Amino acid sequence: MKGFDLGPWLELLVAGLWVTVYATILGTFLAVVVAFTLGLLSLEHHVVPRTIARVIVEFFRGTSLIVQLFWIVYAAPLLLGYKLNNVVAAIIALGLNFGAYGAEVVRGAIKAVPKPQREACTALNLTALHSFRRVILPQALPLMIPPAGNLMVQLIKSTPLMFLVGTVDFFTVGDMIRRGQPGSVGLVYLGVLVVFFLLSMIVVGITQLLENWAKRRLGQKPVRISTATVAGAAPAGEVV
Amino acid sequence: MIWDWQFAREIFPILLLAFLEVSLVITVLATLLAAALGLIMAVIRYSKVPVVSPTTSGFLQFIRATPIPVQLFFVFYVLPDMGVLINAVTTGVLVLGIHYASYFAEVYRGGIESIPKGQWEACTALSLPMRTIWQRVILPQAVRKILPSLGNYVISMAKEVPFLLFISVPEMVAQAKDIGGATYRYVEPFTICGLIYLAFSYPASVLMRKLEIRLETA
Repeated sequence: MKGFDLGPWLELLVAGLWVTVYATILGTFLAVVVAFTLGLLSLEHHVVPRTIARVIVEFFRGTSLIVQLFWIVYAAPLLLGYKLNNVVAAIIALGLNFGAYGAEVVRGAIKAVPKPQREACTALNLTALHSFRRVILPQALPLMIPPAGNLMVQLIKSTPLMFLVGTVDFFTVGDMIRRGQPGSVGLVYLGVLVVFFLLSMIVVGITQLLENWAKRRLGQKPVRISTATVAGAAPAGEVV
Repeated sequence: MIWDWQFAREIFPILLLAFLEVSLVITVLATLLAAALGLIMAVIRYSKVPVVSPTTSGFLQFIRATPIPVQLFFVFYVLPDMGVLINAVTTGVLVLGIHYASYFAEVYRGGIESIPKGQWEACTALSLPMRTIWQRVILPQAVRKILPSLGNYVISMAKEVPFLLFISVPEMVAQAKDIGGATYRYVEPFTICGLIYLAFSYPASVLMRKLEIRLETA
C-alpha cells in the first residue's frame, strides 16, 4: 500500500467519473422515454400497437444487456456501414434495455390505478389527455418511483460494461490506476467500489425525495427517508 | 453478404454448447451458493445479534449497491495478493453467488415477514415444537411468496453471466466475441447469442409468472 499517490490520476478520475455519470443520466433519460412509450402502447385497446410493444419489451428484456451492447457496437456497423461513438452506443443499449424493464413498471403502475377513477373521468367528460395528465398519472407516479429507482441503481451498476467497448469510464480509469500502481490493487478497487456505492446511494436518496413529492401531491403520507430500504434490483419479471 | 447461413450453422452448435456447458452450469452453481449463503445471511440478520447483524446488513447493502464487474476484479486481483489462488470460473461463481445472496437474503426476509403474526401466535398457543413451527407452518407459506421472486432472480443472473468475460471466463458471449474477432463476422455470433438468451429466458419468465399465479390462488 505504500507509495500510493492519487495526485497524477486525479484529472483522469474526474474525467472517468464524469463519463459514468453522464452515461447514467442520459441512459436513464432514454430509458424513461422508452418506458413510457412502450408502457403506454402496451395498455392500448387496439391489438396491433399492444402486440408490437409487448414483442419489443420481451425482446429487450430477454436478450442480455451485454449481447445488446456488443450487437450495437460490433454488429450494427457491419450492417449499417456507420460506426456510432462507443459512449453513445452504450447509452442506447442501457436506455433500450432498462427502458424495456421500465415499460413493465409504467404498465403495472397505470393498471393499478383503481377503475372508478377512470369511470369518474368519463362521467366528467374529460378528454383522454386531460384525464391521463391530471387524474391517472399523478396517482400512478408514486407507484412507479420506487421500482424505477431500483432500475436506475441497476443501470449504474451496468455502466462498467463500457470498459468492454473501450470507453474510458470510471471503472476503466480504476483499472488503469491498478496497472500503474501494482502495489495497491486492493485499495484501488475498494475505492472504486465505494464511489459506486455512493452513486447508488445518491440515486436512492433522490428516489425517496421524488416519492415523497409525488405522494404529498396526492395528500398521502411521505415515506421516512432512509437508505436502508434499497432493494437494488427488481427481479426480471416481477414488477407488479 | 450480410447474413451467412452457412457460417451461422457452423457456429450455432459451438455457442449453444458454450451456453449449456458454461453459462448455465455457472448459473446453477452460483444459484446454489446464493441460496445457501442468502439463507445464512437472512438468519444472521433476523437473529438480531449485536454488532454481527448490523454488520451483515451493511455488507449486504454494499454488495447490492456496487457493480458485479468491480467486485469481480476486486476478488480476481486481490485474492492472489493474499496468497489465495483460484481460477476465473471459481471467482465468477463466488462473486455471482455472493452478489445474488444479498438479493436472496432480502427475498427470504420478505417471505418470512409476510407470514401473519397470528400464525406464530397460534403455534405458541398450540405449543408446537420449533421444528414443527418452521417445517409445517411458516416455511410452507413462505415458500409460496419466495419461489417466484427467486426464480426471477435466477433468470436475471443467467443474463449477467456474460459479466464474467471481464475475467476471461469462456462463456457464450466471450466465445461469440472471439469468433467475431477471428473472422470479423460479428452479426451472426451476437445475433445467435441474443436468440439463445431469448429462447431461454422468455419461456422461463412465463413459467415464473404462471407459478406465481398458481401459488397465489392456492
